[in-house]
Amino acid sequence: MKLSYDIYICGVGGQGIIKAGEIIGWAAMKEGLDVVMSEIHGMAQRGGVVSTEVRIGEARGTIIPCGHADLMMAFEPLEALRAVSKLRRDAQIVVNVTPLPPFNMNPREYPQVDRIIWELRRFSGNVYAFDADTVALDAGHPLSMNMVMLGAAAATAGFPVSRDALVDSMRENLPSGLFKVNLKAFKMGFEGLDR
Amino acid sequence: MIQLLEASEGDELFLLGNEAAARAAIESGIAVASTYPGTPSSEIGDVLSKIAPKAGIYFEFSTNEKVAVEVAAAAAASGVRSFTFMKHVGVNVASDSLVSTAYTGVEAGMVLLSADDPSMFSSQNEQDNRHYPRFANIPLLEPSNPQEILDFTKYAFNLSEKFKLPVMIRTTTRISHMRSKVRVGETQKIKRRGQFKKDPGRFVLVPSTARTMHKKLVKKIDKISRIVDKSPFNQIYYKGRRVSKIEDSAYGIIASGGAFNYAYDLVNEKELPIPILKLGFTYPFPERLVHRFLECLDEVFIIEEVDPIMEKEVLSIIGERNLKVDVHGKLDGTFPKIYEYNQDIIGDSIRKLIRFRGQGKIPEMRLPERPPTFCPGCPHRAVYYSMNKALEELDIEVIFSTDIGCYTLGIESPYNAADYLLSMGSSIGAACGFSKATEQKIVSFIGDSTFFHAGIPPLLNAVHNKHDFLIVVLDNRTTAMTGGQPHPGLPFDGMGGEAPAISIEKIVEAAGIKAKVINPMNIKKSIETFKEALTADSLNVVVARYPCQLSVKARGKPVKVDYDICNECLECISKLACPAIRYDEAVKVDERYCRGCTVCIQVCPENAIKIQRGASQ
Repeated sequence: MKLSYDIYICGVGGQGIIKAGEIIGWAAMKEGLDVVMSEIHGMAQRGGVVSTEVRIGEARGTIIPCGHADLMMAFEPLEALRAVSKLRRDAQIVVNVTPLPPFNMNPREYPQVDRIIWELRRFSGNVYAFDADTVALDAGHPLSMNMVMLGAAAATAGFPVSRDALVDSMRENLPSGLFKVNLKAFKMGFEGLDR
Repeated sequence: MIQLLEASEGDELFLLGNEAAARAAIESGIAVASTYPGTPSSEIGDVLSKIAPKAGIYFEFSTNEKVAVEVAAAAAASGVRSFTFMKHVGVNVASDSLVSTAYTGVEAGMVLLSADDPSMFSSQNEQDNRHYPRFANIPLLEPSNPQEILDFTKYAFNLSEKFKLPVMIRTTTRISHMRSKVRVGETQKIKRRGQFKKDPGRFVLVPSTARTMHKKLVKKIDKISRIVDKSPFNQIYYKGRRVSKIEDSAYGIIASGGAFNYAYDLVNEKELPIPILKLGFTYPFPERLVHRFLECLDEVFIIEEVDPIMEKEVLSIIGERNLKVDVHGKLDGTFPKIYEYNQDIIGDSIRKLIRFRGQGKIPEMRLPERPPTFCPGCPHRAVYYSMNKALEELDIEVIFSTDIGCYTLGIESPYNAADYLLSMGSSIGAACGFSKATEQKIVSFIGDSTFFHAGIPPLLNAVHNKHDFLIVVLDNRTTAMTGGQPHPGLPFDGMGGEAPAISIEKIVEAAGIKAKVINPMNIKKSIETFKEALTADSLNVVVARYPCQLSVKARGKPVKVDYDICNECLECISKLACPAIRYDEAVKVDERYCRGCTVCIQVCPENAIKIQRGASQ
């Protein structure tokens, strides 16, 4: 018996990954759901891999076991591939296709993004790959990329938290001055996937 | 943040474990809180530093953990409640005073929270601090989630006050950094000032008093050992429900802390008929309770992170009382002896003895790693570049004795500027050893906060004992790695008030060395200074001072590459390795990340990198 709806959010330090998780978690709590999430602080933030795991339901541990994640929100394609062992078969995968090659590697050695997406599609028929960075720029601020991803995730089948609750959570947990841009980014992400 | 202070009884907040700890301190009516920042405990201090003035409590970032414990101990000896918290290795620094505080005891509640780091997400080791309560003879509580951090910490204050003994809370990274719903309680009125009642027979530990106090300490712990068995923090779960007792069962589990969560999830998900004894109050060990649980079992799994501490307690109960129960833990090889656990690890371990369907594993792919590195514009990168250039020009090799902070990332290529590291301050102490034991040249790297924390005694040692090496203080005007907390070198304190700033170079000067202060962003000057210091035959100190880029909002104009000049020598990429510069068919500057620090402009041998004219800042 699966205990929870598990969301694995991953990418690179500085992309707003933890904030995206916090917004989902807060919204879930307000909807009366049980939720636990993990955050990684400290050394991992300096351009390293960052992940946050949100578990909505009865689970108590914050680390999603292998093959359990129902949804992956990958802010960077290489990091999506790194985390596939977390996914259950046919999990929802929302992936930003803009690569951020690790600082110490030749970008030419970075796996081709098309190839990464192809690998992801071998795991799931529900892969939504798009350029969330460009959508964020169109929305008005490059740092609203995490809200583009959140919007897209919210539009996937089975997402357990309502769109309204997410917007309320954004209002509560984001700086008020940037709320409008972030809301636009969220909507563009949502509608981009909903189509 | 302020919500954490203003929330009223019954409110439900979505709190990080560390935020729950700060709330617990407020609800417990503490007067004094002290810490030295260290992941995974740092956010407790970050929260308290912001809310302390409004809450009417005193909070400080102490110079190091030993000082933090002394501040808290004296406050609690004076009859006001105190809270001190630190990462696991910080307790090593504090241990000298902590062990003695157990002897003297306290008047008001004193709680020490130790945040351990199994798997070493940001630490030099993964020592299990559940040894400390046994070592010092103080009670220990192990929460499994943010709600329990709140509840256990509040209880710990009462327990401490009742038995006049400091109490330890042990969390782990996954618990300190777990976020979940927390129902908060009532805040207490704060008793801000106490009165220290003199009692040298108790508070001055000389041999005669220490002998008396040790006797009293043992009595206190004996008394507490009679209440642990009935503690509501020790609970039995069966089939997803809390039960008061269990029927006979082939298997059982005893677990604590984060490990309990994974065991609980596994048993529920696989619907295994295995009772779990969750221990929250773990020292003194609840022997009678555990005995009663064991009596119902044929075999027991002990699930704990990191060392087999409960397992040894269980084995001693079994031996003492002649029970017939097989114990599966770390000692018999069922569970790993190192690193943090998760549901998969526990599942794979238990499956060695019990059959149930596992998770089909997807083979891990070999992918390029993504190590953390210095931010664009970080002064540490400039220091390492210049140092390596100076060494190259002098054609000498050195031992890099490094220290703890962001600059430890100098271990990564292409800097390769870390050869030896033990603990906070070890850069200078170890250099003293290298300088006498070898003919090699030595360079110590130490950060500003680390210098204040543990760099001064070894500096004095180096001067007095005539050691010969170079100390570079990487002064980026903050405690950067843990999130930018202040230290004694800055003109403000932990609550944002004005404070006298202490000069590193004046301390060095008082020890008899004239320190050279440089701006590390000036590459030419830095190389010159390092070359000079490296060729001198005495102890030298260079202070490289430039603020952490995370603490400064202003940015310079981004730079661009002039492709008419660039000959792709790749000095900027292969030696400087700024994440804002990449090679992608040509040398490219990523404007999103460039801070306009101009170091790459100075580094380029062809002068091919330039400030973008007219670019927005």
